[in-house]
Amino acid sequence: MASTPSVKKIMQPSDKATSGYSKAPMVRPSIPEGKGMRTADELAQATEKISVRDMSFYYSENRALTDISLSIPECCVTAFIGPSGCGKSTFLRCFNRMNDMIEGTRVEGEILLEGQDIYSSRTDIVTLRKRIGMVFQKSTPFPKSIFDNVSFGPKIAGIRKKKELYEIVERSLQRSALWDEVKDRLSESALNLSGGQQHRLCIARALANDPDILLMDEPASALDPASTARIEDLIFELKEQYTIVIVTHNMQQAARVSDQAAFFYQGLLVESGATEELFTNPKKQQTEDYITGRFG
Amino acid sequence: MTEERSGEEQSIEMELGEAAVIKLPRSTSLERAGGGLLVSLRPYYEGVIHFTLFLCASISVLVTVGIVVVLLYESIQFFFDVSIIEFLTGTRWTPLLKPQHFGILPLMCGTMLVAGGSAIVAVPIGLGTAIYLSEYASPRFRDIVKPMLEILAGIPSVVYGYLAVVFVSPIIRYVFPSAGVFNAASACIVVGIMILPMIISLSEDILQSVPLSLRGAAFALGANKFEVTVRVVVPAALSGIIASFLLAISRAIGETMAVTLAAGATPKLTLNPLESIQTMTAYIVQVSQGDTPAGTVEYRTIFAVGLTLFLTTMTMNVIAQYILSRVGERYE
Ligand SMILES: Nc1ncnc2c1ncn2[C@@H]1O[C@H](COP(=O)(O)OP(=O)(O)OP(=O)(O)O)[C@@H](O)[C@H]1O
Ligand SMILES: [Mg+2]
Repeated sequence: MASTPSVKKIMQPSDKATSGYSKAPMVRPSIPEGKGMRTADELAQATEKISVRDMSFYYSENRALTDISLSIPECCVTAFIGPSGCGKSTFLRCFNRMNDMIEGTRVEGEILLEGQDIYSSRTDIVTLRKRIGMVFQKSTPFPKSIFDNVSFGPKIAGIRKKKELYEIVERSLQRSALWDEVKDRLSESALNLSGGQQHRLCIARALANDPDILLMDEPASALDPASTARIEDLIFELKEQYTIVIVTHNMQQAARVSDQAAFFYQGLLVESGATEELFTNPKKQQTEDYITGRFG
Repeated sequence: MTEERSGEEQSIEMELGEAAVIKLPRSTSLERAGGGLLVSLRPYYEGVIHFTLFLCASISVLVTVGIVVVLLYESIQFFFDVSIIEFLTGTRWTPLLKPQHFGILPLMCGTMLVAGGSAIVAVPIGLGTAIYLSEYASPRFRDIVKPMLEILAGIPSVVYGYLAVVFVSPIIRYVFPSAGVFNAASACIVVGIMILPMIISLSEDILQSVPLSLRGAAFALGANKFEVTVRVVVPAALSGIIASFLLAISRAIGETMAVTLAAGATPKLTLNPLESIQTMTAYIVQVSQGDTPAGTVEYRTIFAVGLTLFLTTMTMNVIAQYILSRVGERYE
């Protein structure tokens, strides 16, 4: 996959994340294009993109996450695994502050994005959400045309020129492997697409915002094997440019696509580490039981 | 003993009807004991209930059919005397004065003026309020406002008519000295206020029915609250909102008391809201109250006008219902 820094520049020419690409010690050069899982060493070398420190999360009085500390490396795929209700989605939504929409929620500790606390009062949530894109578990196309769906973010960011929007739409749809299927019917309603197509549309919509980080909540739970394979390929390609965090219930999938994995149980981060190691040589008994399917 | 029990069961059966019947067959001993009685009485009770309910249902159907038949019958009689062309295209409406003219356009125009004017008053305020209540207001504020809307909706229309004459009209005449005591503008304003609760509660329901996940998706793309509302929620609810406007306007067309009091009784082909006009409904009131002898052409005008009114509002309601019925299908 050709890496295109110029693509990034179109939308955020002066974003420091963009300039960070050239300076930061990057994992990418050592990796054959679009291939391979990062080894533990490579993970250790990677720049830290998000750092979570002693974070706890409350729904009103109920603590859903307890004292989580985790580092999420740049240009890697991090997978959250764990039994249902253990707090994976909750944790994921903390990164782009989607939990703010739910009344009575509270965060303790800090989550740093490139060193800045995203929960500080000075954080601009709108900018934060443009940098941290999210793909929801259930696909949520707007009842608008395919074109309007994908160009939603750029339009809000103030891009008005039809030609520029069209370029962004085409690029985003190509990246989400949907372009060939929809290029002749961009003006059709997105609701006419199949479930798998809608899901890839939502990925394209998130990519159109040109985020640094992509959060995906069970990106393939509702898809057939073929679509799942496409999405996994997609994640593989995207990780060359984006930092990706996925939630998945599928152990094989986590093993296939992720570089780092984190196992949660009842709001606690039980174990995290390079996927290779976590899956072949887990340190905790609970982790082993879960990945071997003995509970959860 | 067996007999006693079966008698008991039978009375239970009479009280509970269907529900008990469904349960009973499971107990074989009971069936043997009282089964015969149950079976023999069941069709009788069910028949009575069935017939009573059927009667209730037929009354509304019969009344509707009756009204339509009377409207049609009298209107047809009317059109023996007055050509339908004159009725639909004539620009003067003076059935009670000589020379008589039977052009419905002035009444139509008056009705549309009031309906359109009240829509101009109610649509922006109603939509704004609905959006505020659905998207911005705190649950507490919503809990206060919604009952107030019910109260507003419960005020009798004659009160609105009275307010229009003694309160709204003087203000209009103060601002526009050329306005008459009775004028279309005051009717527009009070009818607008009358249909406001309808627009607000229908639109608010439709806005609320837009799934939260859509809002979340838009927020996650970096939209702020206003952008989410204007670019996602309102467009997604648009057809339903339009349907609520149509229903409200149809209500404004049928509104009688307030316009009779406020707008006057001067059938006039004008779009000037400061003049006195007459709507179709107000005309029907005027003739029904007066001493126009039944069976004359003058008297039959009210059926022709009534039929026109009926067709107008029915068309709008059908369109609105059609749109509303399609809104629900979209989020399945
Ligand atoms: N909006 C909410 N209000 C209150 N409690 C919530 C809310 N959402 C989730 N929770 C609770 O927080 C806990 C973690 O939920 P979360 O959705 O993060 O689980 P999950 O790990 O994503 O599960 P799954 O794999 O089933 O999606 C659960 O106990 C859940 O009941
Ligand atoms: Mg979840």
